[in-house]
Amino acid sequence: MLDDKDRIFTNLYGLEDVGLSGAKARGDWDGTKKILTLGREGIVEQVKASGLRGRGGAGFSTGMKWSFMPKEVGDRPHFLVINADEGEPGTCKDREIMRHDPHKLVEGALIAAFAMGAHAAYCYVRGEFVREADALERAAAEARDAGLIGDDACGTGYKFEFYVHRGAGAYICGEESALIESLEGKKGQPRMKPPFPANVGLYGCPTTVNNVESIAVVPTILRRGADWFNGLGKPNNTGTKLFNISGHVNNPCTVEEEMGIPLRELIDRHAGGVIGGWDNLKAIIPGGASVPVLTKELCETVTMDFDSLKEARSGLGTAAVMVMDSSADIIRVIARLSAFYKHESCGQCTPCREGTGWMARMMSRMVEGNSTIEEIDLLEEVTRQIEGHTICALGDAAAWPIQGLIRHFRGEMEQRIIDFHAAKTEAA
Amino acid sequence: MVKMTIDDNEHEVEAGLTVLQACEQIGIEIPRFCYHERLTIAGNCRMCLVEMERAPKPVASCGMPVAEGMVIRTNTPAVKKMRRSVMEFLLINHPLDCPICDQGGECDLQDQAMGFGANTGRYQENKRAVTDKYMGPLIKTVMTRCIHCTRCVRFATEIAGVPDLGATGRGENTEIGTYVEKAIASELSGNMIDLCPVGALTSGPYAFTARSWELRKTESVDVSDAVGCNIRIDARGPEVMRILPRLNDDVNEEWISDKTRFACDGLKRQRLDKPYIRKDGKLQEATWPEAFAAVAEALKGVDGSAIAALAGDTADCEAMTALKDMMAGLGSKNLDCRQDGAKLDAGVRASYLFNSTIAGIDRADALLLVGTNPRIEAPVLNARIRKRSVRRGFPIAVIGPEADLTYGYEFLGAGAAALSALSSGRGDFAKALKDAERPMMIVGQGALTGADGADVLGLARRVAESRGIVDVKAGWNGFNVLHTAAARVGGLDLGFVPGDGGLDRDGILDAAGSGKLKVVYLLAADEIDMARLGKAFVIYQGHHGDAGANRADVILPGAAYTEKNATYVNTEGRPQMARLAVQTPGDAREDWTIIRALSDTLGQTLPYDSLRQIRARMIEINGNFLNIDLTKSAKWSEFGGDGDVADRPFVSPVSNFYMTDPISRASATMAECTEVFTGGNDRKTGTDG
Repeated sequence: MLDDKDRIFTNLYGLEDVGLSGAKARGDWDGTKKILTLGREGIVEQVKASGLRGRGGAGFSTGMKWSFMPKEVGDRPHFLVINADEGEPGTCKDREIMRHDPHKLVEGALIAAFAMGAHAAYCYVRGEFVREADALERAAAEARDAGLIGDDACGTGYKFEFYVHRGAGAYICGEESALIESLEGKKGQPRMKPPFPANVGLYGCPTTVNNVESIAVVPTILRRGADWFNGLGKPNNTGTKLFNISGHVNNPCTVEEEMGIPLRELIDRHAGGVIGGWDNLKAIIPGGASVPVLTKELCETVTMDFDSLKEARSGLGTAAVMVMDSSADIIRVIARLSAFYKHESCGQCTPCREGTGWMARMMSRMVEGNSTIEEIDLLEEVTRQIEGHTICALGDAAAWPIQGLIRHFRGEMEQRIIDFHAAKTEAA
Repeated sequence: MVKMTIDDNEHEVEAGLTVLQACEQIGIEIPRFCYHERLTIAGNCRMCLVEMERAPKPVASCGMPVAEGMVIRTNTPAVKKMRRSVMEFLLINHPLDCPICDQGGECDLQDQAMGFGANTGRYQENKRAVTDKYMGPLIKTVMTRCIHCTRCVRFATEIAGVPDLGATGRGENTEIGTYVEKAIASELSGNMIDLCPVGALTSGPYAFTARSWELRKTESVDVSDAVGCNIRIDARGPEVMRILPRLNDDVNEEWISDKTRFACDGLKRQRLDKPYIRKDGKLQEATWPEAFAAVAEALKGVDGSAIAALAGDTADCEAMTALKDMMAGLGSKNLDCRQDGAKLDAGVRASYLFNSTIAGIDRADALLLVGTNPRIEAPVLNARIRKRSVRRGFPIAVIGPEADLTYGYEFLGAGAAALSALSSGRGDFAKALKDAERPMMIVGQGALTGADGADVLGLARRVAESRGIVDVKAGWNGFNVLHTAAARVGGLDLGFVPGDGGLDRDGILDAAGSGKLKVVYLLAADEIDMARLGKAFVIYQGHHGDAGANRADVILPGAAYTEKNATYVNTEGRPQMARLAVQTPGDAREDWTIIRALSDTLGQTLPYDSLRQIRARMIEINGNFLNIDLTKSAKWSEFGGDGDVADRPFVSPVSNFYMTDPISRASATMAECTEVFTGGNDRKTGTDG
């Protein structure tokens, strides 16, 4: 379990002052100027050494991502874009950061922007997060008034501006290239890669898009050292992470924990356990709506980090743990997710546009059992036809929950179908 | 060059290509729907997925640039399965209405479904239906068939420069449309029909009239403007069913204007299919011998100086040659092919050509438009300018009509004063011209008509010479004249202009009005003020009952451009062949044969009996007619007047793009377009229509 002294988000629950003085009292903006004296290379090296992996879901090394930016700033300015379009069902970690620890994000933005030669950071906040965007704007204004950002950020002479941009409520705008499109004022549709944003991003300029949590932990890493962060968690899955535990638990919560904490321990210790006891557990989606579901057996042993969850054929994703006890109708749960992806598909590329609707319709019939056993195979095949064939990862995200369902609960699906047809025969 | 492996074979391909292009070059065809070489890459259909070594996922070959050592596989079972998958997804919501779809037989989806589709569908749900959209009188929509490739959207935005189209909605509910219901306000909109890989956008006027496999296809050229767009005439029996573009990167790439495409219904209306003679003030049907006798009667005893001939905008070179020779035989020097009165100098070829060639626009780095609105005078050429303008480093300025050209420009003034100012080197644009390596000037007919047209031409030449637009030493000639008539350059090349002491157009009209001219021969000339012909005996040879035929005393029915083997020279000086696609209606005949037969009646028998012989005669007049389909640079020398020019505003000769010649004036489709696009682009509803 994470010691209190190792917590990064010390005001996660908003119990203390959210403003600049409170943030400073908790250690934010302490020695930021000294951190910047490390220089671009130095900061990137430190972040690489800390082993920080992107907190938005894909888990790509943050330091590595920063190093892809051109070393010299040419005719085109560099940009940092912060992805605060937190729309993944079950996920609410960035929301807490923006509400209660916004200065960590603003400070992190300054450091990250400095490390990639950017003078502007755009924070794209999910449209529904009205108060969160307000809090962020307030924090940025405080920092600007205090000279921490602006024309002479922290007295270093470095010019840095932090802009908050409000989205309009499309899930797809959380995909980095769709986010860039949306930020440019266009329809939020993912772009083809290559070229990657580090080369051609916002307004055609080199751009790095990072998750809120990835940016917000950076100042603390640099203050306490890469070794400290690297010492937490497990090899290749280092540091601390915000976990959102929701669903059938006694005490749903957002909590900061070490990476690699056993899933069962996470739930028992922080969320007051599964309603009706661990044995009442049916399944858990461990990382937000787009990762495959885990059965109770897997949940008993799996630890919460990128690699072990991948081994369990699921993923850490955004670390939004959704717990379902035996009262949950797992088929209906997944059908609901399918409906979500059908609704949120941008419609640009064929497999996702056509496939999400097909899957959602099949799933909705599966809920009643109005289907055939063979159709389960067809459903599985359709998910395979979408997976990996689309421009962005939404196609994969739509396919994986259904694949997880079929992998682990095929028996239940078949029984539902048999029961449905039996009931029909009886009625006739 | 880049070394890469495609399907286990090593290949060297050009750097900068995409994988799809590289495969195409070595003869491996990759199926695709959204990719089109003249549009930006969208990568949304996913049909072109291939496997790439070391890539975690299959890649869209249309958007993946080739790289050294890249290993691509296009023929594995996995790739095959991907194509089948995408095909299946495209078809689940596509209606199975091929038998009643106009795209049937020439449909990308249909063709590729034969190659990659499954035999049976597995989709059990209801298919999606989409409301059809109104896009104007030219494009018929069946939006349920749309596969969302966005080719039309990209064409409208990028090539046509009219961002009227877009996708609304999300996911399955994505619909292509015009946002607000309106006709697409582009002169190039018909090209979207060709681009649409399915039957979502089809030709409105052509709807349900023919199947593609019933059509006889003839390669020809267009005469609705002076660009000489390469076209294919699709005919069934005696009827031209539709006109499609033909690929020619030097001229029209693969676009044609809506007038080129849709005016063909005008070929069936208002046709002159019999000779007519005016008796007692009324035109009455006659036979050829009677008509010829009437002409001979009118010419009897008339001195050559009292005879004149005017050639119109769609006259072919063969007919002009024959007429010119016949007029010489009759002793007349009064002939002119410039029926708009433009003061073009037939003596210096470089003075009336689009010297840089149309493809030269791609290389130019500054542009001055003088007295022209290329968007309505030559929409395809305008698209070429727009294509160049979206790349950087292409300042454009306009002297003349200030219109929406689909690209930005600096407006320098409406008339000759601005041109004079430019010649003195003042202003930002003069500097831009100076800085440019290959600056270009396009002079329109709007600047050259009028009494001081020759002086404007001379002024333009001096500006071109002093501003580096013509740099003979560097081999760059950016002095370009944009014609509006398909016949004009051919006429000038043939010397269909007044001989020594002969009358030009204004002279002919004045002399006819005052009674000095007794006989005027109009070869498809309809754009002159017929009232000015006075009491002269008018012979009209042409194919439509238009202004000329109305005034005529004798009508000799000729052939439209789809009905004859004829030569036209485009604004660049490129001779191109129109080919006979359908027979002339009724008693009408190919134009040069009419003049040949008439010359016999008049006792001035012309010395050619076959197309080959008359073409030999054309080459004798001007060797350029040897260079079919090619352009040859013309020698630069002095031309134009050096008198004072009045500062009158230059006005484009075209006021209504959709009606500029007898064919388009006879076309019901063009009439509808005129109403929609000039009478307010709103769909009439209820009692208002």
